Amino acid sequence: MLSPFFLEEPTTVAEASSLLARHGESAKILAGGTELLLVLKERLATFERLVHIKGIPGLAGISLENGKSELRIGALCTHRALEKDPLIRSRFPLIAEAERQIANVRVRASGTLGGNLCFAEPHADPGTFLLALGARLVLQSARGSRTLGVSDFFVDYFETVLEPDEIMTEIRVPPLSESAGWSYHRYALLERPSVAVCVLLEPDPGGRHIRSGAISLGCVAPTPVRATEAEKKLVGMALSEVGRHALEIGREAAKAGEPLDDLYGSADYKRELVAVFVKRGLVQAAARMEGAKR
Amino acid sequence: MSLTRVAQSLPLEFRLNGRHVALEVKPHETLLEVLRERVGLTGTKLSCDMQVCGACTVLLDGLPVSSCTSLAFEARGKEVLTIEGLSDGRKLHPLQEAFIRCGGFQCGFCTAGMIMAAKALLDEQPNPTVEEIKHFMKGNICRCTGYQMIIESIQEASRLLGQPGKEA
Repeated sequence: MLSPFFLEEPTTVAEASSLLARHGESAKILAGGTELLLVLKERLATFERLVHIKGIPGLAGISLENGKSELRIGALCTHRALEKDPLIRSRFPLIAEAERQIANVRVRASGTLGGNLCFAEPHADPGTFLLALGARLVLQSARGSRTLGVSDFFVDYFETVLEPDEIMTEIRVPPLSESAGWSYHRYALLERPSVAVCVLLEPDPGGRHIRSGAISLGCVAPTPVRATEAEKKLVGMALSEVGRHALEIGREAAKAGEPLDDLYGSADYKRELVAVFVKRGLVQAAARMEGAKR
Repeated sequence: MSLTRVAQSLPLEFRLNGRHVALEVKPHETLLEVLRERVGLTGTKLSCDMQVCGACTVLLDGLPVSSCTSLAFEARGKEVLTIEGLSDGRKLHPLQEAFIRCGGFQCGFCTAGMIMAAKALLDEQPNPTVEEIKHFMKGNICRCTGYQMIIESIQEASRLLGQPGKEA
């Protein structure tokens, strides 16, 4: 049973922010509740007041902006909405495919993208693929707003740069070209991933070589991380060569993590999973690029 | 914490299995608590209490949610469907028929949740493939059956519902 709390139901971001500022640590934002309610049940934290923000209009839309290229996702979009949205499925299939794999169907129906990011659970999916996609996160308060990249947002296990009075309002994702190759691999025993790997490859104008590649790793460090040394090895590589080098790049990528031995597996096991997922991901992404050329 | 805060209560009106329900709830009451303890519908089960097992699955505006981890006040103005609302009390719903026919349960504790999740699946995709069934039902745990007969039950329900004269 949950401990009693007082419910606030603001109707604007400014009002919500003011409430959070006024009540400080005794208040917390309630969105989908899929993480917060578990924390409250386990008595890992208690809050006198929850600020329910789902009544604030305009925080759950999905649209293309800035010349119809940048994707704007309202922070209160549920995972299910993202998985099913026709625009995301056609223009950002990586997001739809990754969202489809999150937790279970009930969590996806309730949990929000913004809530997931702000909770900063290291064993989560969205931070990993949004990092590879170069997404930017918009934080608003009664004082103003700021926009940050994913790597500037996450600080540590369950810790972000979010100020007590700030609310994540949207997630902006730069265009994903149709010729890009992508993949998202995760392994999970139950709801949360043990390890997750996202690969995103952009071709050069000829379409036969990789212009740039992003490899992001989830659950193997306090925050999602990019495997920058491994990414360097991809620049200029012919698509036909990817399969041959994929495992070696996977082994390099695994060095970017600092996994811990925990209930999700040993550190060695997680490093091995990273190498294998990067290998599979590179092969799959390259195959998608080959497919896009035809 | 002042007493007035603890005593906050919220009016809650929603449709439950097609009937209008109006009551007052505390902000921290879960949908499951309200269903079982306030309304007396005990078909929905509490098991893991952390959104992993699916025993407490109900449909909220047609979508499967964990009622153990949903706050009751959020059902405001919505339609809640529980296992009690599936049949009219005389004739079983095709999903219930199919679970009996195919042996889709043993102890039965997970069954209400299984059937509600399966209802959401078949409403969305009347003819799911085995892969689609497995993906959708992944979050509903059964400790008895080994799942094969649950999958068969859902396939059978899909067939039954596809026959003329059957309503979802």
